[in-house]
Amino acid sequence: MNFQVIIDSLPRLLNGALVTLELVALAALAGFVLALFIALARLSRNPLLWMPAYGFIFFFRGTPLLVQIFLIYYGLSQFPEVRASVLWPVLREPYWCALIAFSLNTSAYTAEIMRGAIQAVPRGQIEAAMATGMSRLTRLRRVVLPQAMRIGLPAYSNEVILLVKASSLASTVTLMDITGTARTISSVNYMPVELLTTAALIYLTINFLLTRAFKVLEHLISGETRAAVNDPLMAAGLNTPEAMKKIQVK
Amino acid sequence: MTIKILTLTIAALGMTAFAAQADPLRIATEGAYPPFNFVDSSGELQGFDVDIARALCAEMEIECEITAQAWDGIIPGLNAGRYDAIVASMSITPARLEAVNFTQPYYQAGAVLVAPVDSNIMPEAEAMAGQIIGVQRASTYANLIDQRFPDATTRLYDTVENHNLDLIAGRLDGVIAQRIFMSNWLESDEGAGFEMKGEAMLEPEILGLGAGIAVRKDDTDLLERLDAALDAIMDNGTYAEINDRYFTVSLMPAR
Repeated sequence: MNFQVIIDSLPRLLNGALVTLELVALAALAGFVLALFIALARLSRNPLLWMPAYGFIFFFRGTPLLVQIFLIYYGLSQFPEVRASVLWPVLREPYWCALIAFSLNTSAYTAEIMRGAIQAVPRGQIEAAMATGMSRLTRLRRVVLPQAMRIGLPAYSNEVILLVKASSLASTVTLMDITGTARTISSVNYMPVELLTTAALIYLTINFLLTRAFKVLEHLISGETRAAVNDPLMAAGLNTPEAMKKIQVK
Repeated sequence: MTIKILTLTIAALGMTAFAAQADPLRIATEGAYPPFNFVDSSGELQGFDVDIARALCAEMEIECEITAQAWDGIIPGLNAGRYDAIVASMSITPARLEAVNFTQPYYQAGAVLVAPVDSNIMPEAEAMAGQIIGVQRASTYANLIDQRFPDATTRLYDTVENHNLDLIAGRLDGVIAQRIFMSNWLESDEGAGFEMKGEAMLEPEILGLGAGIAVRKDDTDLLERLDAALDAIMDNGTYAEINDRYFTVSLMPAR
């Protein structure tokens, strides 16, 4: 291990980390918003909604991300019509191509996580909400989505971590992310072990911080379940109406 | 006593010779640099480099195993012992000489700038300022841009094929790559509408003295055998015959 090489290349690698973080943050954000619509469409009974959603998820989960990036970056640019279109200023840039590929890819996985989480909300809760006369949208907003978020968050944190690692593929379309920078520096000094180890440590740090952040978020949105654990009466099963009466009688 | 030592030495020599024959020489090439090295439609490695490697093995009377390796990890792979020699159009440069040893050059090409016919870009520092130039990562041409055209914007690609695709797509203002490779590409259908700009750049301090065969620093025995075999195929006409299979001009370096 040549530590001087690691120290010398750190500033450039950290610059690459900024590119990685920016790509991941924007793709995660765009993917999340997109996934919400895809998941709702997927759950719809209308075939005009669920069938396209199913096809989208099927394609983006069933093909490798590298193939998707290449199709968007090298594939689309093969068509003169695309190069003449208004989309070309966007599709011309490797940055946007990578961002589009990452966003679409993560939205397919996130939509499936959301669908699973929404379906996991107990049926009784929805019936109770119906009984109180809530409209479909209010039910979604006040009962289903908040609970689905709690159920889906652990799986979603996994998806974001996978996205951080998958973002290393941006280096294949000339972007200078962490991996691209490490490969470029090691192509000049022939010390791939030093550079790739440092790159791996940077990814590890990013993912460590991300897992901690998701832990905190999970804690923040799990109000009721936490209360259940901390409440001795509840833990002992003594907070049912009958039990309460017995305690009061005594 | 001396006779005994002598026989032992001969026996030992015989055994090393035997060992060398039993283990095939493992040679790496890139397989993505036509017509120098590429994978043909049946999945076989072909090209000028590959034919030279085969001719060298035939000359040295040993068996060879030629495999394709990604370009940007090809030197680390050699030093890690995954193969014994690289025959992949690798230019001999001072930076690479710190990591590996090279045989004498087996061909000399130089670099060219290729751009659309209607572009007035030239390989001069001022004309290149602000232009987006594609180049293969880990190639000497990337160093050439850094040192001669510092104001150009460099895009680094994994293979030359990919930077040519982006040149066609219009994402790049030009590419800098090896002269013979690009002139072959310009003659193909894909190269229509593009041309070489200015003179070919030789720049031996940056681009090296030509392409050589890389071996590990400690493998001096193999280096000597390869150098001798190169001399032999250049003298006996094998080199010229391989050269004519691929090119109309001779690539044989001045010796």
